[in-house]
Amino acid sequence: MSHHDDDLHGLLAEYETPSALVAACKKVRDAGYAKWDTFTPFPIHGIEKAMGIRMTGLPWIVLAAALVGLASAVGLQWWTNAVDYKFISSGKPMWSIPANVPVYFELTVLFSAFAALFGMLILNNLPQPSHPLDHLQAFGRVTDDRFFLYIEKGDAKFDLAETQRLLDGTHPVTVDAVNEDRRTSDQLPKPLVLTAAVIAVLALVPFAFIAKARATKTDKPKIHAMGDMDWQIKFQAQQPNPLFQDGMAMRAPEPGTVALDEHPDDEHLTAGKVDGQFVRTFPAGFKVDEATMARGKERYEIFCAPCHGMSGNGDGPVAQRAMTLAEGTWVPPTALGQDYLRQMAVGQLYDVVTNGVRNMPAYGSQLAVDDRWAVVLYLRALQKAKAAPVGELTDAERAALK
Amino acid sequence: MAMAQSPFDLAPQGENAFARITHNVARVAEVSKPPRGWYIAFGIALSLLSVFGVSIGWLFWQGIGIFGNMNPVFWAMPIVNFVFWVGIGHAGTLISAILYLLRQNWRTAINRFAEAMTIFAVICAGIFPGLHVGRPWLPYWMFPLPNQMSMWPQFRSPLEWDVFAVGTYFTVSTLFWYMGMIPDFGTFRDRSTTKVRKMVYGLLAMGWRGSSRQWHRYERAYLILAALATPLVLSVHSVVSFDFATAQLPGWHATIFPPYFVAGAIFGGFAMVVTLAVPARQFFGLKRIITVGHLELMAKIILATGMMVGYAYSMEFFIAWYGGNDYEMFTFFNRALGPYAWSYWCMIFCNVVSPQVFWSKKMRTNPWVILGVGVLVNIGMWFERFVIVITSLSRDFLPSSWGYYKPTFWDFSLLAGSFGLFFTLFLLFCRYLPMVAMAEVKAFHPSAHGHGDEHH
Ligand code: HEC
Repeated sequence: MSHHDDDLHGLLAEYETPSALVAACKKVRDAGYAKWDTFTPFPIHGIEKAMGIRMTGLPWIVLAAALVGLASAVGLQWWTNAVDYKFISSGKPMWSIPANVPVYFELTVLFSAFAALFGMLILNNLPQPSHPLDHLQAFGRVTDDRFFLYIEKGDAKFDLAETQRLLDGTHPVTVDAVNEDRRTSDQLPKPLVLTAAVIAVLALVPFAFIAKARATKTDKPKIHAMGDMDWQIKFQAQQPNPLFQDGMAMRAPEPGTVALDEHPDDEHLTAGKVDGQFVRTFPAGFKVDEATMARGKERYEIFCAPCHGMSGNGDGPVAQRAMTLAEGTWVPPTALGQDYLRQMAVGQLYDVVTNGVRNMPAYGSQLAVDDRWAVVLYLRALQKAKAAPVGELTDAERAALK
Repeated sequence: MAMAQSPFDLAPQGENAFARITHNVARVAEVSKPPRGWYIAFGIALSLLSVFGVSIGWLFWQGIGIFGNMNPVFWAMPIVNFVFWVGIGHAGTLISAILYLLRQNWRTAINRFAEAMTIFAVICAGIFPGLHVGRPWLPYWMFPLPNQMSMWPQFRSPLEWDVFAVGTYFTVSTLFWYMGMIPDFGTFRDRSTTKVRKMVYGLLAMGWRGSSRQWHRYERAYLILAALATPLVLSVHSVVSFDFATAQLPGWHATIFPPYFVAGAIFGGFAMVVTLAVPARQFFGLKRIITVGHLELMAKIILATGMMVGYAYSMEFFIAWYGGNDYEMFTFFNRALGPYAWSYWCMIFCNVVSPQVFWSKKMRTNPWVILGVGVLVNIGMWFERFVIVITSLSRDFLPSSWGYYKPTFWDFSLLAGSFGLFFTLFLLFCRYLPMVAMAEVKAFHPSAHGHGDEHH
């Protein structure tokens, strides 16, 4: 084969049998070459030693991935089931390691398997679209039945004549000079890029629809894809049911049933009373801090402000509308800054929220116990702010009032 | 007109053993026309697949009212089919992973298509839970995806473990399968005669050229994957068995379930491998690679695992009696003698009795007998799941709610249709992908070790 010297990429020797290749490897290894490799249709037993290949670091990569997998399984189950979305199932604890073991195991294996495959590909420098050897007709048999040894020109020890002699001495079928690859374009093939682009765009379409559905509102009724799932032949909670003595489909909890956030023993907390007397203190363990105050404000503005107004003057939008309608039967919402209410025990305010009072409806069914107390706390803050003497204001506040 | 001779009847060409192996396997994907049997099989598979499509369409249109599920048999054929297919999906990874670690070199002849079978079976399995939830637009609830309801799946439930076990199993099997094929895709690429083939197989091969430095890491990765897949394959059917074992129902609530399910899965999986291997080697001229010796070994495994499940069946009865629990005793009495006794004895015949023919060397070396037993065992394993699910549910604690479950036409058409999907995928695989792991077969050929260096 004729070639210019600077076109040369390396020398390729071809062998008929694996044993001939292994014997050749030992010679090349002992001659001290570094940039060389062998190419075979199947892994050859013992060639690592003959070539001096050291053990790969792949197992460590896999181990690291396994630990990451395990940690994510722990984190996932802990966060989703013990923190973010607690719910009780068959009286099992919220967070129990035995029940979580199967998923620990599966995710550990999953992460490790990905690491094994992709670690192998990355360490092996794959995908590798082209190689100077590809242009040699004979090299096509490397994935079939032939065995090759290739020494690169880039090796420090490479010397055309010397290396040729070394290879000739290993009884190859042929030794070929391999040229630098100047033919293969370094662009990706057009059809490939096109297909990839089309697939990528199509893959985005479902997400686009989801995003659109999330971002827009509609006043059309929901789509009933499968009628029999939406209109089932069954008793629903508010319907009558002749099967039960009370004639209702809904089953009330057994007397004595205790829900998760109920504390039937703590009358101070749940009723705002001790020995039948309204309490004047917040329950033990109720935290009076910025967070509770913010929560109270938020709940107040949702549940109370529509009637009592944002600052408790009894002038919420509901009240204002009632005034314009002027129907005569309207009992206006009480202005909450009044003296008698400032004197009122917190327990009694809590009771008003829980059970309602005279014309005001009860909010106990809509507000959790802690939230009711938070509303009372905020109410107190509102009352205090209304009655604040000018002396207690800051200069800036006083200026703003003028 | 004389019938054209199939190209697969000819002896493989090549100047040495390696070349002949390559030619024998690669010609399946290279001939312009596959054998006539392939077309017939593909035609049947496609018709069944369309049955699947129509049934799913009707199911989505009409809702799960078209199933025979009733009170108290709320879990019926969809779960039976799910467990059946997942079970089939066990032999592939068992062959490629466990037999690899045990250095059973004969596996190389069958591992590739057993792996393919695994993946297709798991695909069929995965469809059924999605269908039986009844709201087919909601199966994503099974996955821990952040959603507008701020809800998460419940990780203390074995059904959720299933999602992870089957999902992981499918993913890892696919990775394992693909990795095994990379060198063979290289062979296909290098033998390609058209541009398209060269491009497609070239992409799949990712530039594999068989460098020894790459083989070294490749073999490490393969070993690691095998070591990972081994406990995985055991875990998957154990987790599937938890779906039942963690329930309180007599007939389900048994500690023997995990090993019993795993043995049954291997049993059923191998039965499916022989069911596919016997015709495949016949059609595609692979008898020199998948030899009668290989079939015999599989027959022995079927015999052994068949006796394991037989042992499990009798142990369930023994424990029911020995445990002294009235309900449990009733359940098993009911299984063998109740209204579903026919299904129970069908199962016993297929799974316990029929493999016994393999004690005879003559029988276990006859491919057609092996095929017959393979088919019977597949039927028996389907009935095993039917027995477990249906007999236990149809007569539970409250006699007032007892009932007799009858599958409907659509229950059966979905089962038949899933076979259509399975065979369609499998036949496409036979036609376009390397059906036998050529590189591995070569590596274990005597001439790979220098003994048989071609100098006859
Ligand atoms: C639907 C309108 C409405 C809403 C909402 C409402 N209230 Fe009232 N509230 C009233 C009316 C009307 C009265 C006067 C009842 C009467 O005198 O018959 C009242 C009275 C009161 C009183 C005086 C009780 C007393 O003993 O005189 C308090 C305190 C009070 N509300 C607090 C609240 C709090 C706290 C909330 C939010 C949880 C709230 N209200 C939500 C309408 C409302």
